[in-house]
Amino acid sequence: MVERLRLTGISKHFGAIHALNEVSLSVNEGEVLGLMGDNGAGKSTLVKIIAGNFRPSRGGISLDGELCDFHRPKDAQNAGIEIVYQDLALCDNLTASSNVYLGRELRQRVGPLQVLDYKRMHRRAGELFAQLKSETRPRDLVRKMSGGQRQAVAIARTLLSDAKVVLMDEPTAAISVRQVAEVLDVIRHLRDRGITVILISHRMPDVFAVSDRIAVLRRGELVAHKPTVDSSPEEVTGLITGAIHTA
Amino acid sequence: MTTTLEHAIDQSQHHSFLSRVMSLQVFWVFLAALLACLTLSLITDTFATERNLFNVTRNFAFVAIIAIGMTTVIASGGIDLSVGASVVLSAVAMGASMESGYPIWVAGLLAIGAALLVGLVNGVLIAFVGMPSFVVTLGMLSFARSMALVLSNNKMIYQFGPDHDLLLWLGGGSTFGIPHPLIVMVILGIIMSFVFKWTRWGQHVFAIGGNESAAILTGVPVRMTKVSVYMFSAFTAGVAGILMVGWLGSVTTNLGTAMELTVIAAAVIGGANLAGGEGTVFGAVVGALLIEVIRNSLILLGISTFWQGAFIGSFIIIAVGFDRIRRLRSQD
Repeated sequence: MVERLRLTGISKHFGAIHALNEVSLSVNEGEVLGLMGDNGAGKSTLVKIIAGNFRPSRGGISLDGELCDFHRPKDAQNAGIEIVYQDLALCDNLTASSNVYLGRELRQRVGPLQVLDYKRMHRRAGELFAQLKSETRPRDLVRKMSGGQRQAVAIARTLLSDAKVVLMDEPTAAISVRQVAEVLDVIRHLRDRGITVILISHRMPDVFAVSDRIAVLRRGELVAHKPTVDSSPEEVTGLITGAIHTA
Repeated sequence: MTTTLEHAIDQSQHHSFLSRVMSLQVFWVFLAALLACLTLSLITDTFATERNLFNVTRNFAFVAIIAIGMTTVIASGGIDLSVGASVVLSAVAMGASMESGYPIWVAGLLAIGAALLVGLVNGVLIAFVGMPSFVVTLGMLSFARSMALVLSNNKMIYQFGPDHDLLLWLGGGSTFGIPHPLIVMVILGIIMSFVFKWTRWGQHVFAIGGNESAAILTGVPVRMTKVSVYMFSAFTAGVAGILMVGWLGSVTTNLGTAMELTVIAAAVIGGANLAGGEGTVFGAVVGALLIEVIRNSLILLGISTFWQGAFIGSFIIIAVGFDRIRRLRSQD
Protein backbone atom coordinates (compact mmCIF):
# COMPACT_ATOMS: atom_id res chain seq x y z
CA MET A 1 0.00 0.00 0.00
CA VAL A 2 1.16 3.47 -0.81
CA GLU A 3 1.55 5.99 1.95
CA ARG A 4 -0.84 8.90 1.52
CA LEU A 5 -0.53 11.24 4.49
CA ARG A 6 2.31 11.52 6.99
CA LEU A 7 2.49 13.78 10.01
CA THR A 8 5.89 14.21 11.60
CA GLY A 9 6.37 15.71 15.04
CA ILE A 10 3.32 17.97 14.90
CA SER A 11 3.09 20.31 17.89
CA LYS A 12 0.70 23.16 18.44
CA HIS A 13 0.81 25.70 21.22
CA PHE A 14 -1.79 28.33 22.00
CA GLY A 15 0.19 30.57 24.30
CA ALA A 16 1.05 28.44 27.31
CA ILE A 17 -1.38 25.67 26.34
CA HIS A 18 0.15 22.72 24.54
CA ALA A 19 -2.73 21.37 22.47
CA LEU A 20 -0.57 18.89 20.59
CA ASN A 21 2.84 17.50 21.40
CA GLU A 22 5.06 15.73 18.86
CA VAL A 23 2.33 13.81 17.09
CA SER A 24 3.60 11.57 14.29
CA LEU A 25 1.46 9.21 12.29
CA SER A 26 0.86 8.01 8.78
CA VAL A 27 -2.09 6.68 6.77
CA ASN A 28 -2.05 4.77 3.49
CA GLU A 29 -4.26 5.30 0.51
CA GLY A 30 -7.57 3.48 0.69
CA GLU A 31 -7.27 3.18 4.42
CA VAL A 32 -9.60 4.33 7.20
CA LEU A 33 -7.95 5.77 10.29
CA GLY A 34 -10.07 6.06 13.40
CA LEU A 35 -8.88 9.01 15.46
CA MET A 36 -10.07 8.81 19.03
CA GLY A 37 -9.65 10.69 22.26
CA ASP A 38 -11.55 12.43 25.00
CA ASN A 39 -12.83 15.99 24.74
CA GLY A 40 -9.85 18.31 24.77
CA ALA A 41 -7.40 15.57 23.81
CA GLY A 42 -6.40 17.50 20.70
CA LYS A 43 -8.43 15.73 17.99
CA SER A 44 -10.05 18.88 16.68
CA THR A 45 -6.76 20.76 16.73
CA LEU A 46 -5.10 17.99 14.74
CA VAL A 47 -7.93 17.94 12.21
CA LYS A 48 -7.77 21.70 11.86
CA ILE A 49 -4.04 21.52 11.21
CA ILE A 50 -4.50 18.88 8.50
CA ALA A 51 -7.35 20.90 6.97
CA GLY A 52 -5.29 24.09 6.90
CA ASN A 53 -7.24 26.06 9.50
CA PHE A 54 -4.18 26.24 11.78
CA ARG A 55 -0.49 26.02 11.02
CA PRO A 56 1.44 23.74 13.36
CA SER A 57 3.90 25.38 15.76
CA ARG A 58 6.38 22.65 14.83
CA GLY A 59 6.41 19.63 12.59
CA GLY A 60 5.38 18.89 9.04
CA ILE A 61 2.67 17.35 6.91
CA SER A 62 3.44 15.44 3.75
CA LEU A 63 0.92 14.27 1.21
CA ASP A 64 1.98 11.56 -1.26
CA GLY A 65 5.56 12.12 -0.17
CA GLU A 66 5.50 15.86 -0.78
CA LEU A 67 5.91 18.30 2.09
CA CYS A 68 2.91 20.63 2.41
CA ASP A 69 2.52 24.01 4.05
CA PHE A 70 -1.11 25.07 4.31
CA HIS A 71 -1.80 28.71 5.08
CA ARG A 72 -5.51 28.60 4.42
CA PRO A 73 -8.20 25.88 4.19
CA LYS A 74 -8.26 26.50 0.45
CA ASP A 75 -4.61 25.37 0.20
CA ALA A 76 -5.45 22.04 1.79
CA GLN A 77 -8.50 21.70 -0.42
CA ASN A 78 -6.43 22.31 -3.52
CA ALA A 79 -3.95 19.66 -2.37
CA GLY A 80 -6.81 17.14 -2.13
CA ILE A 81 -7.77 17.26 1.53
CA GLU A 82 -11.51 17.60 2.13
CA ILE A 83 -13.33 17.87 5.41
CA VAL A 84 -16.86 16.98 6.49
CA TYR A 85 -17.64 19.12 9.50
CA GLN A 86 -19.34 17.97 12.64
CA ASP A 87 -22.20 20.43 12.25
CA LEU A 88 -22.18 19.57 8.53
CA ALA A 89 -21.82 23.22 7.49
CA LEU A 90 -24.92 23.24 5.33
CA CYS A 91 -27.18 26.12 4.36
CA ASP A 92 -30.75 25.06 5.14
CA ASN A 93 -32.24 27.64 2.81
CA LEU A 94 -30.47 26.32 -0.30
CA THR A 95 -31.04 23.19 -2.35
CA ALA A 96 -28.96 20.05 -2.00
CA SER A 97 -27.06 20.67 -5.20
CA SER A 98 -26.40 24.34 -4.32
CA ASN A 99 -24.92 23.12 -1.05
CA VAL A 100 -22.74 20.55 -2.77
CA TYR A 101 -21.40 23.23 -5.09
CA LEU A 102 -21.23 26.06 -2.54
CA GLY A 103 -18.06 28.07 -3.08
CA ARG A 104 -17.27 26.35 -6.40
CA GLU A 105 -20.44 26.83 -8.41
CA LEU A 106 -20.41 25.76 -12.03
CA ARG A 107 -21.04 28.50 -14.51
CA GLN A 108 -21.69 28.76 -18.19
CA ARG A 109 -21.29 31.58 -20.62
CA VAL A 110 -24.46 33.13 -21.98
CA GLY A 111 -23.52 35.97 -24.28
CA PRO A 112 -21.34 38.32 -22.23
CA LEU A 113 -22.53 36.89 -18.92
CA GLN A 114 -21.38 34.09 -16.67
CA VAL A 115 -24.47 32.45 -15.24
CA LEU A 116 -24.88 29.50 -12.90
CA ASP A 117 -25.24 26.18 -14.68
CA TYR A 118 -28.00 24.66 -12.55
CA LYS A 119 -28.65 21.86 -15.01
CA ARG A 120 -25.12 20.52 -14.82
CA MET A 121 -24.94 21.02 -11.02
CA HIS A 122 -28.24 19.17 -10.50
CA ARG A 123 -27.16 16.30 -12.73
CA ARG A 124 -23.72 15.90 -11.19
CA ALA A 125 -25.07 16.18 -7.63
CA GLY A 126 -27.67 13.52 -8.51
CA GLU A 127 -24.90 11.23 -9.75
CA LEU A 128 -22.95 11.72 -6.55
CA PHE A 129 -26.00 10.94 -4.39
CA ALA A 130 -26.58 7.80 -6.45
CA GLN A 131 -22.94 6.84 -5.92
CA LEU A 132 -23.44 7.29 -2.20
CA LYS A 133 -26.60 5.16 -2.42
CA SER A 134 -28.56 7.96 -0.83
CA GLU A 135 -32.06 8.89 -1.85
CA THR A 136 -31.42 12.62 -1.91
CA ARG A 137 -32.94 14.87 -4.51
CA PRO A 138 -30.66 17.65 -5.79
CA ARG A 139 -33.49 20.17 -6.13
CA ASP A 140 -34.88 19.76 -2.63
CA LEU A 141 -34.14 22.25 0.10
CA VAL A 142 -31.77 20.94 2.75
CA ARG A 143 -34.19 22.29 5.40
CA LYS A 144 -36.56 19.44 4.60
CA MET A 145 -33.97 16.66 4.75
CA SER A 146 -33.28 13.85 7.19
CA GLY A 147 -30.00 13.49 9.05
CA GLY A 148 -28.79 10.81 6.63
CA GLN A 149 -29.59 12.93 3.60
CA ARG A 150 -27.78 15.89 5.12
CA GLN A 151 -24.76 13.64 5.61
CA ALA A 152 -24.96 12.61 1.97
CA VAL A 153 -24.96 16.26 0.92
CA ALA A 154 -21.95 17.05 3.10
CA ILE A 155 -20.04 14.00 1.87
CA ALA A 156 -20.98 14.52 -1.78
CA ARG A 157 -19.13 17.81 -1.51
CA THR A 158 -15.87 15.97 -0.87
CA LEU A 159 -16.39 13.77 -3.92
CA LEU A 160 -16.68 16.75 -6.24
CA SER A 161 -12.99 17.26 -6.41
CA ASP A 162 -10.87 14.16 -6.57
CA ALA A 163 -10.17 14.12 -2.89
CA LYS A 164 -7.18 12.15 -1.61
CA VAL A 165 -7.93 12.51 2.06
CA VAL A 166 -11.38 13.00 3.60
CA LEU A 167 -11.56 14.10 7.23
CA MET A 168 -14.84 13.31 8.95
CA ASP A 169 -15.52 15.00 12.24
CA GLU A 170 -18.13 13.05 14.25
CA PRO A 171 -20.24 12.11 11.22
CA THR A 172 -22.41 9.72 13.23
CA ALA A 173 -22.97 11.86 16.29
CA ALA A 174 -26.48 13.16 15.71
CA ILE A 175 -28.27 10.63 13.51
CA SER A 176 -30.44 7.53 13.86
CA VAL A 177 -29.15 3.95 13.94
CA ARG A 178 -30.23 3.22 10.39
CA GLN A 179 -28.57 6.39 9.18
CA VAL A 180 -25.36 5.48 11.01
CA ALA A 181 -25.25 2.27 8.97
CA GLU A 182 -25.68 4.37 5.81
CA VAL A 183 -22.84 6.67 6.74
CA LEU A 184 -20.54 3.76 7.54
CA ASP A 185 -21.36 2.33 4.12
CA VAL A 186 -20.41 5.63 2.59
CA ILE A 187 -17.08 5.54 4.41
CA ARG A 188 -16.35 2.03 3.08
CA HIS A 189 -17.35 3.25 -0.34
CA LEU A 190 -14.87 6.13 -0.16
CA ARG A 191 -12.16 3.73 1.01
CA ASP A 192 -12.85 1.37 -1.92
CA ARG A 193 -12.27 4.27 -4.26
CA GLY A 194 -8.77 4.61 -2.83
CA ILE A 195 -9.58 7.63 -0.69
CA THR A 196 -7.97 7.90 2.71
CA VAL A 197 -10.55 8.56 5.40
CA ILE A 198 -9.75 9.94 8.82
CA LEU A 199 -12.74 9.32 11.05
CA ILE A 200 -12.95 11.32 14.25
CA SER A 201 -15.53 9.77 16.50
CA HIS A 202 -16.58 9.11 20.06
CA ARG A 203 -18.59 6.08 19.06
CA MET A 204 -16.43 3.03 19.62
CA PRO A 205 -18.58 0.57 17.60
CA ASP A 206 -18.49 2.79 14.52
CA VAL A 207 -14.75 3.16 14.63
CA PHE A 208 -14.22 -0.57 15.06
CA ALA A 209 -16.69 -1.30 12.26
CA VAL A 210 -14.91 0.62 9.54
CA SER A 211 -11.37 1.57 10.51
CA ASP A 212 -8.17 -0.18 9.45
CA ARG A 213 -6.02 1.63 11.97
CA ILE A 214 -6.69 3.37 15.21
CA ALA A 215 -4.90 6.35 16.68
CA VAL A 216 -5.59 7.55 20.19
CA LEU A 217 -4.78 11.01 21.51
CA ARG A 218 -4.58 11.85 25.20
CA ARG A 219 -3.79 15.37 26.41
CA GLY A 220 -2.16 16.24 23.11
CA GLU A 221 0.04 13.14 22.96
CA LEU A 222 -0.35 10.23 20.60
CA VAL A 223 -0.61 7.21 22.90
CA ALA A 224 -1.47 4.55 20.33
CA HIS A 225 -1.30 4.06 16.58
CA LYS A 226 -1.94 0.47 15.53
CA PRO A 227 -4.03 -1.77 13.25
CA THR A 228 -7.62 -2.06 14.45
CA VAL A 229 -7.45 -5.86 14.45
CA ASP A 230 -4.66 -5.74 17.05
CA SER A 231 -6.70 -3.62 19.39
CA SER A 232 -9.97 -3.90 21.26
CA PRO A 233 -12.63 -1.48 22.50
CA GLU A 234 -11.47 -2.20 26.07
CA GLU A 235 -7.89 -1.28 25.26
CA VAL A 236 -8.93 1.91 23.47
CA THR A 237 -11.17 2.94 26.36
CA GLY A 238 -8.25 2.41 28.70
CA LEU A 239 -6.00 4.47 26.44
CA ILE A 240 -8.49 7.31 26.19
CA THR A 241 -9.04 7.54 29.93
CA GLY A 242 -5.40 6.98 30.81
CA ALA A 243 -5.93 3.64 32.59
CA ILE A 244 -3.49 2.20 30.04
CA HIS A 245 -0.52 4.46 29.30
CA THR A 246 0.55 3.43 25.82
CA ALA A 247 0.01 0.62 23.36
CA MET B 1 -32.57 -1.34 -6.96
CA THR B 2 -30.25 1.17 -8.54
CA THR B 3 -32.83 2.12 -11.14
CA THR B 4 -35.40 2.90 -8.47
CA LEU B 5 -32.84 4.86 -6.49
CA GLU B 6 -31.83 6.88 -9.51
CA HIS B 7 -35.47 7.37 -10.34
CA ALA B 8 -36.10 8.70 -6.85
CA ILE B 9 -33.16 11.05 -7.08
CA ASP B 10 -34.30 12.30 -10.46
CA GLN B 11 -37.69 13.35 -9.24
CA SER B 12 -38.04 16.93 -8.30
CA GLN B 13 -40.48 18.14 -5.70
CA HIS B 14 -43.96 16.77 -6.17
CA HIS B 15 -45.73 20.06 -5.61
CA SER B 16 -47.56 21.52 -8.54
CA PHE B 17 -46.86 25.01 -9.76
CA LEU B 18 -50.06 26.31 -8.14
CA SER B 19 -49.35 24.89 -4.69
CA ARG B 20 -45.83 26.29 -4.86
CA VAL B 21 -47.07 29.76 -5.72
CA MET B 22 -49.72 29.62 -3.05
CA SER B 23 -47.20 28.75 -0.38
CA LEU B 24 -45.38 32.02 -0.98
CA GLN B 25 -46.05 34.94 1.33
CA VAL B 26 -45.55 37.36 -1.53
CA PHE B 27 -48.44 35.75 -3.42
CA TRP B 28 -50.89 36.59 -0.66
CA VAL B 29 -49.50 40.07 -0.21
CA PHE B 30 -49.82 40.62 -3.94
CA LEU B 31 -53.40 39.39 -3.80
CA ALA B 32 -54.13 41.79 -0.92
CA ALA B 33 -52.68 44.72 -2.83
CA LEU B 34 -54.66 43.79 -5.93
CA LEU B 35 -57.84 43.42 -3.92
CA ALA B 36 -57.29 46.81 -2.27
CA CYS B 37 -56.81 48.41 -5.68
CA LEU B 38 -59.97 46.81 -7.07
CA THR B 39 -62.07 47.80 -4.09
CA LEU B 40 -60.79 51.36 -4.25
CA SER B 41 -61.52 51.65 -7.95
CA LEU B 42 -65.09 50.57 -7.26
CA ILE B 43 -65.91 52.63 -4.19
CA THR B 44 -64.04 55.82 -5.06
CA ASP B 45 -63.99 57.61 -8.35
CA THR B 46 -60.61 59.16 -7.58
CA PHE B 47 -58.40 56.06 -7.30
CA ALA B 48 -58.48 54.75 -10.85
CA THR B 49 -57.78 58.13 -12.40
CA GLU B 50 -54.66 58.49 -14.48
CA ARG B 51 -53.37 61.25 -12.24
CA ASN B 52 -53.70 59.21 -9.05
CA LEU B 53 -52.24 56.02 -10.52
CA PHE B 54 -49.31 58.06 -11.81
CA ASN B 55 -48.74 59.40 -8.29
CA VAL B 56 -49.10 56.01 -6.63
CA THR B 57 -46.66 54.27 -8.96
CA ARG B 58 -44.13 57.06 -8.67
CA ASN B 59 -44.36 57.34 -4.90
CA PHE B 60 -43.94 53.64 -4.30
CA ALA B 61 -41.03 53.38 -6.73
CA PHE B 62 -38.71 55.29 -4.34
CA VAL B 63 -39.41 52.93 -1.48
CA ALA B 64 -39.32 49.89 -3.78
CA ILE B 65 -35.89 50.80 -5.21
CA ILE B 66 -34.38 50.94 -1.72
CA ALA B 67 -36.38 47.90 -0.60
CA ILE B 68 -34.58 45.89 -3.29
CA GLY B 69 -31.26 46.90 -1.71
CA MET B 70 -32.64 46.25 1.78
CA THR B 71 -33.85 42.79 0.77
CA THR B 72 -30.33 41.96 -0.35
CA VAL B 73 -28.93 43.03 3.02
CA ILE B 74 -31.63 41.13 4.90
CA ALA B 75 -31.08 38.02 2.75
CA SER B 76 -27.41 38.13 3.78
CA GLY B 77 -28.49 38.11 7.43
CA GLY B 78 -27.92 41.80 8.16
CA ILE B 79 -29.90 45.02 8.37
CA ASP B 80 -29.20 48.51 7.05
CA LEU B 81 -30.70 51.31 9.12
CA SER B 82 -28.68 53.98 7.35
CA VAL B 83 -30.56 54.04 4.03
CA GLY B 84 -32.67 57.08 4.93
CA ALA B 85 -29.50 58.97 5.80
CA SER B 86 -27.87 57.80 2.56
CA VAL B 87 -30.85 59.20 0.68
CA VAL B 88 -30.46 62.67 2.16
CA LEU B 89 -26.66 62.60 1.83
CA SER B 90 -26.92 61.68 -1.83
CA ALA B 91 -29.61 64.30 -2.39
CA VAL B 92 -27.57 67.04 -0.72
CA ALA B 93 -24.43 66.06 -2.64
CA MET B 94 -26.46 66.18 -5.84
CA GLY B 95 -28.14 69.47 -5.05
CA ALA B 96 -25.11 71.28 -3.68
CA SER B 97 -22.81 70.33 -6.54
CA MET B 98 -25.37 71.23 -9.19
CA GLU B 99 -26.08 74.51 -7.45
CA SER B 100 -22.41 75.37 -7.68
CA GLY B 101 -22.51 74.81 -11.43
CA TYR B 102 -21.45 71.21 -12.04
CA PRO B 103 -23.20 69.33 -14.84
CA ILE B 104 -25.75 66.72 -13.87
CA TRP B 105 -23.57 63.68 -14.57
CA VAL B 106 -20.71 64.94 -12.37
CA ALA B 107 -23.18 65.70 -9.60
CA GLY B 108 -24.75 62.28 -10.08
CA LEU B 109 -21.37 60.57 -9.74
CA LEU B 110 -20.63 62.59 -6.60
CA ALA B 111 -24.01 61.70 -5.10
CA ILE B 112 -23.65 57.99 -5.85
CA GLY B 113 -20.04 58.14 -4.68
CA ALA B 114 -21.11 59.63 -1.33
CA ALA B 115 -23.69 56.87 -0.90
CA LEU B 116 -21.22 54.16 -1.87
CA LEU B 117 -18.76 55.53 0.66
CA VAL B 118 -21.41 55.15 3.36
CA GLY B 119 -21.97 51.56 2.23
CA LEU B 120 -18.26 50.85 2.14
CA VAL B 121 -17.73 52.07 5.71
CA ASN B 122 -20.76 50.07 6.87
CA GLY B 123 -19.53 46.97 5.07
CA VAL B 124 -15.95 47.15 6.30
CA LEU B 125 -17.00 47.68 9.92
CA ILE B 126 -19.47 44.80 9.73
CA ALA B 127 -17.47 42.30 7.68
CA PHE B 128 -13.87 42.99 8.69
CA VAL B 129 -14.18 44.44 12.19
CA GLY B 130 -17.05 42.08 12.98
CA MET B 131 -19.44 44.57 14.51
CA PRO B 132 -23.21 43.89 14.43
CA SER B 133 -24.91 45.43 11.41
CA PHE B 134 -27.65 46.93 13.58
CA VAL B 135 -25.17 48.97 15.62
CA VAL B 136 -22.95 50.03 12.73
CA THR B 137 -25.79 51.22 10.53
CA LEU B 138 -27.55 52.88 13.47
CA GLY B 139 -24.40 54.90 14.07
CA MET B 140 -24.14 55.60 10.35
CA LEU B 141 -27.76 56.78 10.26
CA SER B 142 -26.81 59.52 12.68
CA PHE B 143 -23.43 60.25 11.10
CA ALA B 144 -24.52 60.45 7.46
CA ARG B 145 -27.53 62.63 8.25
CA SER B 146 -25.29 64.95 10.19
CA MET B 147 -22.91 65.10 7.22
CA ALA B 148 -25.83 66.12 5.02
CA LEU B 149 -26.60 68.95 7.46
CA VAL B 150 -22.96 70.05 7.47
CA LEU B 151 -22.69 69.97 3.67
CA SER B 152 -25.87 71.95 3.09
CA ASN B 153 -25.57 74.09 6.19
CA ASN B 154 -29.21 73.10 6.66
CA LYS B 155 -30.28 75.40 3.84
CA MET B 156 -32.88 74.40 1.33
CA ILE B 157 -31.49 73.98 -2.18
CA TYR B 158 -33.81 74.73 -5.08
CA GLN B 159 -31.52 76.19 -7.76
CA PHE B 160 -29.70 73.46 -9.65
CA GLY B 161 -27.48 75.41 -12.03
CA PRO B 162 -27.28 74.78 -15.79
CA ASP B 163 -28.90 71.31 -15.75
CA HIS B 164 -31.80 72.41 -13.53
CA ASP B 165 -34.54 71.33 -15.94
CA LEU B 166 -32.84 68.07 -16.79
CA LEU B 167 -32.81 67.10 -13.10
CA LEU B 168 -36.49 67.90 -12.69
CA TRP B 169 -37.24 65.85 -15.80
CA LEU B 170 -35.14 62.96 -14.52
CA GLY B 171 -36.95 62.64 -11.21
CA GLY B 172 -40.35 64.12 -11.91
CA GLY B 173 -40.87 63.50 -15.61
CA SER B 174 -42.19 60.55 -17.52
CA THR B 175 -41.59 58.71 -20.75
CA PHE B 176 -44.57 57.18 -22.58
CA GLY B 177 -46.64 58.18 -19.55
CA ILE B 178 -44.53 56.08 -17.19
CA PRO B 179 -42.85 58.04 -14.39
CA HIS B 180 -39.06 57.78 -14.51
CA PRO B 181 -38.62 56.45 -10.95
CA LEU B 182 -40.89 53.55 -11.92
CA ILE B 183 -38.76 52.83 -15.00
CA VAL B 184 -35.61 52.83 -12.86
CA MET B 185 -37.31 50.51 -10.38
CA VAL B 186 -38.40 48.06 -13.07
CA ILE B 187 -34.93 47.94 -14.65
CA LEU B 188 -33.25 47.49 -11.27
CA GLY B 189 -35.82 44.88 -10.31
CA ILE B 190 -35.29 42.82 -13.45
CA ILE B 191 -31.51 42.97 -13.14
CA MET B 192 -31.54 42.00 -9.47
CA SER B 193 -34.04 39.16 -9.90
CA PHE B 194 -31.64 37.74 -12.43
CA VAL B 195 -28.61 38.37 -10.21
CA PHE B 196 -30.23 36.69 -7.17
CA LYS B 197 -31.01 33.51 -9.05
CA TRP B 198 -28.33 33.16 -11.68
CA THR B 199 -25.07 34.53 -10.36
CA ARG B 200 -22.50 33.27 -7.95
CA TRP B 201 -22.80 36.50 -5.99
CA GLY B 202 -26.54 35.99 -5.50
CA GLN B 203 -26.01 32.42 -4.39
CA HIS B 204 -23.34 33.54 -1.93
CA VAL B 205 -25.53 36.28 -0.43
CA PHE B 206 -28.23 33.72 0.36
CA ALA B 207 -25.67 31.19 1.61
CA ILE B 208 -24.23 33.76 4.03
CA GLY B 209 -27.72 34.55 5.29
CA GLY B 210 -28.53 30.87 5.62
CA ASN B 211 -25.44 29.75 7.49
CA GLU B 212 -22.52 32.12 7.65
CA SER B 213 -20.05 29.67 9.15
CA ALA B 214 -20.89 27.14 6.42
CA ALA B 215 -20.20 29.81 3.83
CA ILE B 216 -16.83 30.57 5.44
CA LEU B 217 -15.88 26.87 5.64
CA THR B 218 -16.75 26.20 2.02
CA GLY B 219 -14.55 29.04 0.84
CA VAL B 220 -17.21 31.63 -0.05
CA PRO B 221 -15.59 35.10 0.03
CA VAL B 222 -17.86 36.10 2.91
CA ARG B 223 -16.24 39.40 3.83
CA MET B 224 -16.05 40.85 0.35
CA THR B 225 -19.59 39.71 -0.38
CA LYS B 226 -20.86 41.41 2.76
CA VAL B 227 -19.09 44.66 1.90
CA SER B 228 -20.60 44.57 -1.58
CA VAL B 229 -24.07 43.93 -0.13
CA TYR B 230 -23.94 47.06 2.05
CA MET B 231 -22.53 49.06 -0.84
CA PHE B 232 -25.37 47.89 -3.05
CA SER B 233 -27.94 48.87 -0.44
CA ALA B 234 -26.37 52.33 -0.16
CA PHE B 235 -26.28 52.54 -3.95
CA THR B 236 -30.04 52.01 -4.19
CA ALA B 237 -30.52 54.69 -1.54
CA GLY B 238 -28.26 57.02 -3.52
CA VAL B 239 -30.23 56.47 -6.71
CA ALA B 240 -33.51 57.07 -4.89
CA GLY B 241 -32.02 60.24 -3.38
CA ILE B 242 -31.16 61.68 -6.80
CA LEU B 243 -34.60 60.84 -8.19
CA MET B 244 -36.31 62.37 -5.17
CA VAL B 245 -34.47 65.66 -5.64
CA GLY B 246 -35.69 65.81 -9.21
CA TRP B 247 -39.23 64.94 -8.18
CA LEU B 248 -39.45 67.44 -5.30
CA GLY B 249 -37.50 70.17 -7.10
CA SER B 250 -35.71 70.98 -3.88
CA VAL B 251 -33.52 69.43 -1.22
CA THR B 252 -34.36 69.79 2.43
CA THR B 253 -32.39 68.01 5.09
CA ASN B 254 -35.40 66.17 6.49
CA LEU B 255 -35.58 64.15 3.27
CA GLY B 256 -35.69 60.40 3.89
CA THR B 257 -36.31 60.76 7.62
CA ALA B 258 -37.59 57.44 9.02
CA MET B 259 -37.59 56.07 5.49
CA GLU B 260 -35.51 53.07 6.64
CA LEU B 261 -38.50 51.85 8.60
CA THR B 262 -40.86 52.00 5.63
CA VAL B 263 -38.25 50.24 3.50
CA ILE B 264 -37.70 47.48 6.04
CA ALA B 265 -41.47 47.13 6.36
CA ALA B 266 -41.78 46.73 2.59
CA ALA B 267 -39.06 44.09 2.50
CA VAL B 268 -40.53 42.15 5.41
CA ILE B 269 -44.11 42.31 4.09
CA GLY B 270 -42.70 41.00 0.82
CA GLY B 271 -41.30 37.90 2.52
CA ALA B 272 -37.74 38.85 3.47
CA ASN B 273 -36.81 36.95 6.63
CA LEU B 274 -34.94 39.03 9.18
CA ALA B 275 -33.14 35.86 10.28
CA GLY B 276 -31.48 35.86 6.87
CA GLY B 277 -31.45 33.63 3.82
CA GLU B 278 -34.85 34.53 2.42
CA GLY B 279 -36.27 37.32 0.33
CA THR B 280 -37.15 38.16 -3.25
CA VAL B 281 -36.97 41.25 -5.41
CA PHE B 282 -40.59 40.81 -6.44
CA GLY B 283 -41.56 40.60 -2.77
CA ALA B 284 -39.78 43.87 -1.99
CA VAL B 285 -41.59 45.61 -4.83
CA VAL B 286 -44.98 44.20 -3.89
CA GLY B 287 -44.42 45.08 -0.24
CA ALA B 288 -43.63 48.67 -1.18
CA LEU B 289 -46.68 48.77 -3.45
CA LEU B 290 -48.97 47.55 -0.71
CA ILE B 291 -47.74 50.19 1.73
CA GLU B 292 -48.32 52.94 -0.81
CA VAL B 293 -51.76 51.64 -1.72
CA ILE B 294 -52.75 51.62 1.95
CA ARG B 295 -51.46 55.16 2.36
CA ASN B 296 -53.18 56.36 -0.78
CA SER B 297 -56.48 54.67 -0.01
CA LEU B 298 -56.67 56.18 3.46
CA ILE B 299 -56.23 59.62 1.96
CA LEU B 300 -58.81 59.00 -0.75
CA LEU B 301 -61.29 57.59 1.73
CA GLY B 302 -60.86 60.68 3.85
CA ILE B 303 -59.50 58.81 6.84
CA SER B 304 -57.12 60.81 9.01
CA THR B 305 -53.47 60.27 8.09
CA PHE B 306 -52.86 59.55 11.75
CA TRP B 307 -54.25 56.09 11.03
CA GLN B 308 -51.59 55.21 8.44
CA GLY B 309 -49.12 53.86 10.93
CA ALA B 310 -51.75 51.64 12.52
CA PHE B 311 -52.71 50.10 9.19
CA ILE B 312 -49.15 49.56 7.96
CA GLY B 313 -48.05 48.23 11.33
CA SER B 314 -50.93 45.76 11.42
CA PHE B 315 -50.08 44.63 7.95
CA ILE B 316 -46.46 43.88 8.82
CA ILE B 317 -47.60 41.71 11.69
CA ILE B 318 -50.38 40.02 9.71
CA ALA B 319 -48.10 39.25 6.75
CA VAL B 320 -45.43 37.70 8.93
CA GLY B 321 -48.08 36.00 11.07
CA PHE B 322 -49.55 34.28 8.04
CA ASP B 323 -46.10 33.05 7.08
CA ARG B 324 -45.58 31.72 10.57
CA ILE B 325 -48.89 29.81 10.55
CA ARG B 326 -48.08 28.33 7.13
CA ARG B 327 -44.71 27.12 8.40
CA LEU B 328 -46.17 25.52 11.49
CA ARG B 329 -48.73 23.73 9.31
CA SER B 330 -46.11 22.45 6.86
CA GLN B 331 -44.06 21.04 9.72
CA ASP B 332 -46.84 18.66 10.75
